[in-house]
Amino acid sequence: MESNLKPSSETEDAPIAELREASKHYGAVVAADGLNLSIRRGEFLSFLGPSGCGKTTALRMLAGFEAPTSGDILLDGQRVNEVPPHRRPVNMVFQHYALFPHLTVAQNIAYGLRQRRPRPAEGEIARAVDRALETVRLPGFGPRRIWEMSGGQQQRVALARAIINQPKLLLLDEPMAALDKKLRRDMQIELQTLQRSLGITFILVTHDQEEALSMSDRVCIMRSGRIVQMGSPRKLYDRPASRYVADFVGKSNFFSGRVTAVEAGRTELAAAGGHLIAGGAPVEIAMGQTASASLRPEQIALHRKGAGGNTLPVTVINRIFLGEHTEYLVRNTDLGEFLVLVSRQAEAIEGEFEPGDQALASWQDGAALILGDD
Amino acid sequence: MRIYALAVYLFLYIPIGIIALFSFNAGRHASQFQGFSTQWYGKALSNPFVMDAFQTSLSVALASAVLATLFGTMAALALQSVSGRLRLAFDALIYIAVMVPGIVIGIATLIALVTLFGWLNPILVAIWPFAAKAPQLSLGYGSLIAAHGLFAMALVIIIVRARMAGMDRSLIEASADLGATPWGTFRQVTLPQIFPGILAGFLLAFTFSFDDFIIAFFVAGSQTTLPVYVFSSIRRGVTPEINAIGTMVLAVSLMMLIAAQAILQRGHKAA
Repeated sequence: MESNLKPSSETEDAPIAELREASKHYGAVVAADGLNLSIRRGEFLSFLGPSGCGKTTALRMLAGFEAPTSGDILLDGQRVNEVPPHRRPVNMVFQHYALFPHLTVAQNIAYGLRQRRPRPAEGEIARAVDRALETVRLPGFGPRRIWEMSGGQQQRVALARAIINQPKLLLLDEPMAALDKKLRRDMQIELQTLQRSLGITFILVTHDQEEALSMSDRVCIMRSGRIVQMGSPRKLYDRPASRYVADFVGKSNFFSGRVTAVEAGRTELAAAGGHLIAGGAPVEIAMGQTASASLRPEQIALHRKGAGGNTLPVTVINRIFLGEHTEYLVRNTDLGEFLVLVSRQAEAIEGEFEPGDQALASWQDGAALILGDD
Repeated sequence: MRIYALAVYLFLYIPIGIIALFSFNAGRHASQFQGFSTQWYGKALSNPFVMDAFQTSLSVALASAVLATLFGTMAALALQSVSGRLRLAFDALIYIAVMVPGIVIGIATLIALVTLFGWLNPILVAIWPFAAKAPQLSLGYGSLIAAHGLFAMALVIIIVRARMAGMDRSLIEASADLGATPWGTFRQVTLPQIFPGILAGFLLAFTFSFDDFIIAFFVAGSQTTLPVYVFSSIRRGVTPEINAIGTMVLAVSLMMLIAAQAILQRGHKAA
C-alpha cells in the first residue's frame, strides 16, 4: 500500500545515485569517459585507481563541483546535472579537511545546520553538534580552535561536519591520505563502523588498494577515465577481469605469453622458454592472443625437491620476514624474477631458504588466471 | 658589508631622528639643543592653522581610505575571475599606479581634473534649472579624496589579493557543499578569511593619504593638509614646532604601519 504512495525512487532497492554515460572533458583532456554506475542505498563504495584515473572527477560530479560535459547525474532518481552543490543533499569530507580556520570546532560542525532555511533553533543546533561530537568520539571538544586539533582529530571534525546534515551520500576524497599508518588503520575501522550504524551511503575515493578492499562493500576500479571493473573486494581479488585489475588489487606475479589452448574452464599459455601455464580465464580469451598468467605469491609454494607439472626451477634471490609469512624473491632463468609467499607452516616442513639456494616453485592446477593484457 | 649597511641606515634615519629630537628642544633654534621640553607640542596643538590642517588631513585620509578599501576589495574579488591577457593588463596597471613617482601622479591628476572641470562647468551652468547661481566644480576636498582614494586603491588591491592567494580554495567548496549560497559563502567564509588583508589595506591607504605631500600639493586647491602646511611653514624657517608636527605625523604613520603588519601576521598564522 505504502509503496504505491511513494515515488518509485524512494523504494529500498532503487539506486540512491546514478551516473549515466557521464563524461567530463577539460579541453582535449578526458577526465571521465562515459561512466555508468548505479550506487545502492546504504552501501560503502570505493573508487580505486592511480592519480588521474578520473575517480576524483566522478566524486566531484556527484558533489556538484563539476558538471558533466555529457551524460547525466541522478540523485534519488532526479537528474541533478545543473543543481549547484549547495542545493544537493550530499556532503563531502575533503582531502585536507577544509575546516574553517576562523571558526571553532562546534561552529564548524554547526555550519551546515545554520545554512538551513528556516534556520533551526540554537538549542537544537547545540544538541545536534554535541551528538555529532559524541559520534566521532570528540565529546567536549566543541569550543576548541581548529589549529589546536591534531590531524586525526581534524579528520573527525570534518566527518562530524558532514554527517550532521544526514546527507544522502557522504563523499570522502582520500580522507586518510594525510594520516600516519597506524592512525589510518584505526580510522578505517571507525569509518566502517560509523557507516554501518548511520546507514548513510559512503563513497570513498582512494589510491590505496588496502583501504578500498578492507572497507568497501563494492570497489570500482578506474583507469584513464573509465571503470575497468566493479565488484566486491573478494570478487576483484579472485576473478580480476584484466591484468590491470589483478595488479592493482593485491600483489601478483605476471608471466606474459601467447594463448595456446582454450578449453572449457581451462586456458593454456606458453610463456618464455616454452613453459606452459594453465588456468581459468575470467574473461574469454582467444587462441593465439598475447596474454598474461597471473599467480598470487601465496599460491606458489617452494620445495627442495619434487617433480610434476606446474613446477619451475628457481634460485632464491632475497628473503623478507613478515611474521606469519616469509616473502621470497626468486628467479627462473626463462621467466625472470617473481615473488613467493611462504607460510610458517610450510616453512616448518621445508625449512628456511637462504639467498642463493636452488629450489622448485610449484602451484596447484588451476591456480593461475589467464588475463588479457589491457 | 655590515658597516656599509649601517652607514646607509644611519644616513637614512639620522635626519628623522634629529627632527624627533629637536621637537623636544627647550630653545627655539633648530640647530642647538637647549634642554628637554614638550612646549612645542603644546604650541603646535593650540595653533588653529595646524589643527585646521590636521582636521583636513584626517578627514581626507579617512574618506579616501574608506573608498580605496571598498573599491579595492571589490576589484580584488572581481579580478579573481579574470584571466589571460585582460588579467595581465590589469596587473600591469595596478603595479604602475604604485610605482609611478608621486610628482607625475600629482601633475597628471591636476591636469586631468582641471580639464574635466573646464568641460563640465559650462554644461552645469547650461542645464542648471534654478535661479540661483549654478555650483561649480573646483579643486578641494573632493579632488583630494578622489586622487588619494584612487591611488591607495592599487595598494589595497595588491594586499587583499595576496591574502586571497593564500586562502584555501577548498574552503569555498566546503561551504557550498554544506549548503551555503554563494552570498552566504562570501559572508561567512571569504570575508572573514580576507578580512586581515582588508584591514591592513585600509590602514596603509590611510597612511598613504595622511603622509602624502606631493599629490596633495597639486590637487588640494584652497585646502591645506598637514604636510602641505608643514611645507609652507618651512619657507619661514624650520622651527621646533614644525619638528613637533613632523614627529606626530611620523608617529601616527608608524603606528598604522605596525598595526597593519601585525594584523597581516596574525591573520597569516590563523589561516
